[in-house]
Amino acid sequence: MRVPILKQGEYLIASIQSALTDEDLMQLRDDLADQAGRFRSRGIIVDVTALDVMDSFACRTLRSLASILRLRGAQMAIVGIQPEVAFSMVQLGLAFGEVRTALDLEEGLVLLRQEAAERQR
Amino acid sequence: MVLKRSPHAEKAAQANGEVSKRDSTTALLRELVAHLRENRTQLREEWVRRITESKLLTAMTRDEIFAEATSVYDKYVAVLESGSVESLQAYARDLSERIIPRGVETNEVVGIVLLLRDVLARSLFKKYQSDFGLLNRVLDAYEPAANRIANTVAVSFVQERERIIRQQQEAIRELSTPVLQVRERLLILPIIGVIDPQRARQVTEQLLRGIRANRAKVVVIDITGVPSVDSTVANHLVQTVDASRLMGATVIVTGLSSEIAQTLVTIGVDLSKMKTVGDLQGGIEEAERLLGYKVMMEQGPDESR
Repeated sequence: MRVPILKQGEYLIASIQSALTDEDLMQLRDDLADQAGRFRSRGIIVDVTALDVMDSFACRTLRSLASILRLRGAQMAIVGIQPEVAFSMVQLGLAFGEVRTALDLEEGLVLLRQEAAERQR
Repeated sequence: MVLKRSPHAEKAAQANGEVSKRDSTTALLRELVAHLRENRTQLREEWVRRITESKLLTAMTRDEIFAEATSVYDKYVAVLESGSVESLQAYARDLSERIIPRGVETNEVVGIVLLLRDVLARSLFKKYQSDFGLLNRVLDAYEPAANRIANTVAVSFVQERERIIRQQQEAIRELSTPVLQVRERLLILPIIGVIDPQRARQVTEQLLRGIRANRAKVVVIDITGVPSVDSTVANHLVQTVDASRLMGATVIVTGLSSEIAQTLVTIGVDLSKMKTVGDLQGGIEEAERLLGYKVMMEQGPDESR
């Protein structure tokens, strides 16, 4: 299933609605990388609230997506990681590295705005 | 031609024998029960005397022992009569529930049941001592039933005890990890007592759920009350911090004693990613700063401050 990507001002919001296959994830990566440039987005939010599993491939793909977006001048935040997912991720030693995380969409937007303000200073 | 009994007939004869044997056992048990009922007062008193003599059930008064002994005696006889231990089981569980909080030990409970068994067996010896064969058969009937009763009571007692222990463990676990909100979006998690891996896991789960429920941005984990930390617990702490960060919350750990700090440095746990502050007060102040609160003291009576 293709992940819907919504444009909201200078932000892009990708809201994952169901479990994704590896192909879906790579499609999401390509779509976001493409649209971030096209819409001149400043921030990208990937909402994973609906996911109850996060495997190493998903982690790696999201991490590389964040690096790609940074190269294209945008910041990415992952929001909505569930407690169970967070716990199993640290147990499996999976991490998002430098990627910022926030509780939910609202928090994610606040986070990206703060970061942008700090960079301008 | 030799007449041979067919296997079928043989089986029937055998079954017949068994039936008659069972009949005689039942009859003997009936006789036994009648005897025990007849001498109820005397045997019961003998039993209570023996209990006191052996210094069992010291936590209970004499009257209480007598009252319990009476009902146990009656149940005992009832089980011998009916052969069903169910009512005794329920009673034993109920009794255990009453006496466990008073500090009655397993050996005491097993001891008194064995004493009763002994008292009753002695009275049987006395009654049937003239006829050795009959005594033998009476004991054949009595022993298995008595053993089953002793077994039932002991097992019920231990089961009840284990149930209580489980219940208390559960209660302690529930109590031991409160996740408290002190300000909007600020949680504190005071940990008191030894952390084992199971508890560490539970603490983490509760904290993560608390973060979601309270939409927390900062969490202060205070470990002043933790006596010691080993590498397993330290790694759990690091995992908790990482997991909280994944949910968008910053964790501040406070209250590391000098011993714990030294241990952590010595065993070489990577704590570089962890924010630590000396005490809980400092931790809360740091958290307030992160959240943008400014707490100021109102000019009080002490003007010099």
